[in-house]
Formats: sequence, C-alpha cells, structure tokens
Amino acid sequence: MATLHTRSMARLMISPAVLSLLVWMIIPLAMTLWFSFQQYNLLYPERTGFAGWDNFNYFVTDFRFWPAIANTLILVLGVLAITTIGGILLALLLDQPFFGQGVVRLLVLAPFFVMPTVSALVWKNMFMNPVNGLFGHIAKAFGFQGYDFLGQAPLFSIIIMVAWQWLPFATLILLTALQSLDSEQIEAAEMDGASAFERFRYIVLPHLTRALTVVVLIQTIFLLSVYAEILVTTNGGPGTASLNLPFLVYLNSIIDNDVGVGAAGGVIAIILANIVAIFLMRAIGKNLDA
Amino acid sequence: MARSISTSRATVTGVVAWTVGFLVFFPILWIVILSFKAEGDAIGTPWHILTSPWITEAYVTVQERSDYFKHFMNSVVISVGSTLLGLLIAIPAAWAMAFAPGKRTKDVLMWMLSTKMMPAAGVLVPIYLIFRDFGLLDTRTGLVAVIMLVNLPIIVWMLYTYFREIPGEILEAARMDGASLREEIVYILTPMAIPGIASTLLLNIILAWNEAFWTLRLTAAKAAPLTAFIASYSSPEGLFYAKLSAASTMAIAPILVMGWFSQKQLVRGLTFGAVK
Repeated sequence: MATLHTRSMARLMISPAVLSLLVWMIIPLAMTLWFSFQQYNLLYPERTGFAGWDNFNYFVTDFRFWPAIANTLILVLGVLAITTIGGILLALLLDQPFFGQGVVRLLVLAPFFVMPTVSALVWKNMFMNPVNGLFGHIAKAFGFQGYDFLGQAPLFSIIIMVAWQWLPFATLILLTALQSLDSEQIEAAEMDGASAFERFRYIVLPHLTRALTVVVLIQTIFLLSVYAEILVTTNGGPGTASLNLPFLVYLNSIIDNDVGVGAAGGVIAIILANIVAIFLMRAIGKNLDA
Repeated sequence: MARSISTSRATVTGVVAWTVGFLVFFPILWIVILSFKAEGDAIGTPWHILTSPWITEAYVTVQERSDYFKHFMNSVVISVGSTLLGLLIAIPAAWAMAFAPGKRTKDVLMWMLSTKMMPAAGVLVPIYLIFRDFGLLDTRTGLVAVIMLVNLPIIVWMLYTYFREIPGEILEAARMDGASLREEIVYILTPMAIPGIASTLLLNIILAWNEAFWTLRLTAAKAAPLTAFIASYSSPEGLFYAKLSAASTMAIAPILVMGWFSQKQLVRGLTFGAVK
C-alpha cells in the first residue's frame, strides 16, 4: 500500500535536507582538493598554476608538522584517558543513592555548557596564571613559587581545560547506560559471592562497552579539531609546544595567506578524521538495525 | 543492623559525591564570585576575594564599554536562527524517513552523519574564500547558514529517533475511526511530535551558541557572537578579572540553564540515538 504517491512525496520531503548537505559537503571538499594541488598564495597573486605535490610536500616537511601531529594525538589521547576513567568513576558514584543526587548531577554536568573561549580564558587567567591565579595563590600560601602552567606545560594545561569540558559528557552518557543495567543481575552475583571488583569487571564493564565506544569515538571527532582553546591561550606556542593540526592549517592558510598549503593540510586533516569516522559509523550503524 | 550500615554508607557516598560535584563546578562558581568584585580585589588572594565588598560595577562597565548587548543579540540571532532554519529543513525529512522508510533510508541517514565527520579545518580555506567573495564575512546571514549546516545532521537524527517512537498503529486506529489526513496531523501526530521537536530545538540552540570555530574565523567586529567577543579578552583585557568574569557569567548563564533543562535529551542527541 506504500503507494508511488507516498514514495515520491517522501522523496520530496527529504530532498531539501539532502541537497543542502550535499552542497555543503561537495563544494568545499572539491575546492580543498583543487587548491591543494594549485599554487595559490594571496600575497603573490601572480603565481598560479598546477603545483603537483608541492603543497603537500611543503606541509609535511615543515618543521612544525610532526610536532603538530604528535600534539594532536597526545591531546586526543590525554583527554580521552581523563574523561573515560574519570567518567566511569563519576558515573558509578552518581549511580549510588545519596542525598541531593539530582543537584550533584547538575553540578557535574555544568562545564559542558560553558563556551570554549570562556573556559579557556578562565582557566588561563583565574586559575593557571602564576601570579594572580588561584593555583598561584595556593602555592604561595604553602611557600612555593607559582607554577607557570601555560609557559612550562602548555599542552598539559590545554588537556586539563578540554578534559574539564568533556568530563560531563562522558559521565552523563555512562551514567545513562549504567541506569539501564538490570539490578537483579548484580544482586544475583553478590549472592553468589562475587566481590565488588568482580561485579564491576564482569558485569558492569561489559554492559558499558557500547556506551564507552560511543563516548570515545564522538569525543575523538571533536577533539581532533580543538581550536578555540589554543587560539585564546597559547597560540600554539611556546614554539610548537601546543600546536595541533587544525591550528597549523589555520596558521598556513589565514596567517601566512598560503591557500594551497593550507588546503593540503586540510586534506590531511580530513583523512585523519575519516579513519576515526569509519569506526564510529560502524558502531552507530549497528544500532540502527536493532 | 543491615539498615544502619547502608545508611552510613549512603552518608559517605553523599559526602564524596558532593565534594566531587563541588570541585567540578567550582570554576563556574569562581567566575560568578569574581564578577561581583572590584578589579583590584579580584586579583587578590582567595581569602581577600571572599571577604572584600560585593559590587556590580563590573557588569555595568562591560555593558557600557563594549557593546555587550550587540554581541549577545548576535549570539541569539545566530543560534536561534540557525536552529529554526535547520528544523524547517529537517522536520519534513525526518518525518518522511520515520513514517515512509524506503530501502535507502538507512544509507541516507548514515551519509548525513558522515558529513558531520568532516573536520572544520579541512574546509576552512574554501569556506573562507566563498564568504569573502560573496561578501558574507562578518555577517549574521553567513553564520546562520554555516552553523545550520554544521548541525543539520544532528537535527535530522534527533528528530528521526523521536518520530520513530511514535507508534504507527495510532494512525491506523485514527483512520479506522474516519479521521481525515488533516485531522491526523493536527490532532494526533503534532501533539506527539512536539516534545521531540522541543528537545531538538533546545539542544541545538546550545550547540550553536557554543560553536567556536566558524564563529571565530568568519566574524570580526560586526557580527561577532559572544564566543568571539569573549575571545577578544584574551589579551591584554584578560587581566581585568572582574570584567572578564562578568562578561563570561552573562555569556554562559542563559545556556547553562537551558542545558540543565535538556540534560536527558542531550544523551540521545549527541550519541545519535546510540545511547538512550
């Protein structure tokens, strides 16, 4: 009975969404690919033409390239480690009954709604500033010198800021998954003499696997393109100490005006993100059939 | 006996949980406290900060000196505008996919999701050039369009997961009772779909409000929303702690409240229905 009429009606209803996303994806993607093989520097408009692999060559042999790749990975892995482990612990804690559960849940969730520029500036000035920041004051109270977080350990400091913003996300999703766990299973295991650790290892953790996969993959997508936090705190420095791939692309294309090289960097960023994306799509696709 | 053990255990859990919750929330609380201080007091020791007089001068100064209200309105226009436009495009699509699924529906959904995986840095160059050539740099129109497209896959997906939960049998029952198509839509589908649409609206306003790649790169003075305005405090105004705190508090307060209301929907929206 799903007639031709409803079929074509459905197609008509879907097409605005499909067409706009198609345009949004294909045009910029094609342009990025095209520019990445062209000589195109806004400062030297007379130099044009096919560049072959020159832009890619320039981008990957830049002394900043490998540090940027390394920093991108350290940033992603660092934040993932903190948020997944912290998220599991927090979710287990918030799943217990105690007075004011709902309020604590809201408190823990709050950092997720703070815009990245606010979060970065507040951490940079009010907490990590060696002289006037809160950590500096605390160090002084104990007779130590204030530690210059962003000067001495810039990447670590950025990892802390970003992890603070994503910890609520991991916690909330893991908590949601935890609440769907059948409590009878746990009780049965308890009666059979399973220790708290064994119950966690063999019942809770397997139950959380899917939620954990989703947390890791979605965060990776966002963490691969951390940008605002770096822009307002360190600008990638000192040297290349906190430079990541998106920021290097920005430096090449907007600051150095080299569209071709920036585009080549963009292509590399897309390839990197796609490797992650394939795994994420599989995890989510499986759920559609269920 | 067993009862008293579990009570004391709940007390310990409560103390630990409240402490952790307080620490996680503390940076936000600290901004709010600093925003009610004089500049000279705001850089003092924590003890000095807590004991110095509470004033609202920083809020007044931020409003007067920096067109705060203009940037706030830019944020409102961009986040609400992009979300409404996104809903306008996404509702029919999600509707059709949920109620008249074809063989390709799943593929279309997965493909839409895949557009979300494209890193912004990868298309920064072309978008920047297109914006420059079409005179869209530093305009609200341009940002509404870009942010709408960035979030469109999430909007479609969220709506789809909500619509799919509306039981089809209800429609059949209504038809048997002789409801016309118009009556079906007005009296049955719309009331059932509105909660899902509302949650989608809320979550996407939050995401659009906090978007901090395109808003920073594609705006300057005129169309800059709060994300970009706050970024302008990075130096040397960042040293004015009280003003930075006041501006930050005003920038995050409305969205924090909305976020607290939408916490349940957040999970579904951000995991594309994979965790409910």
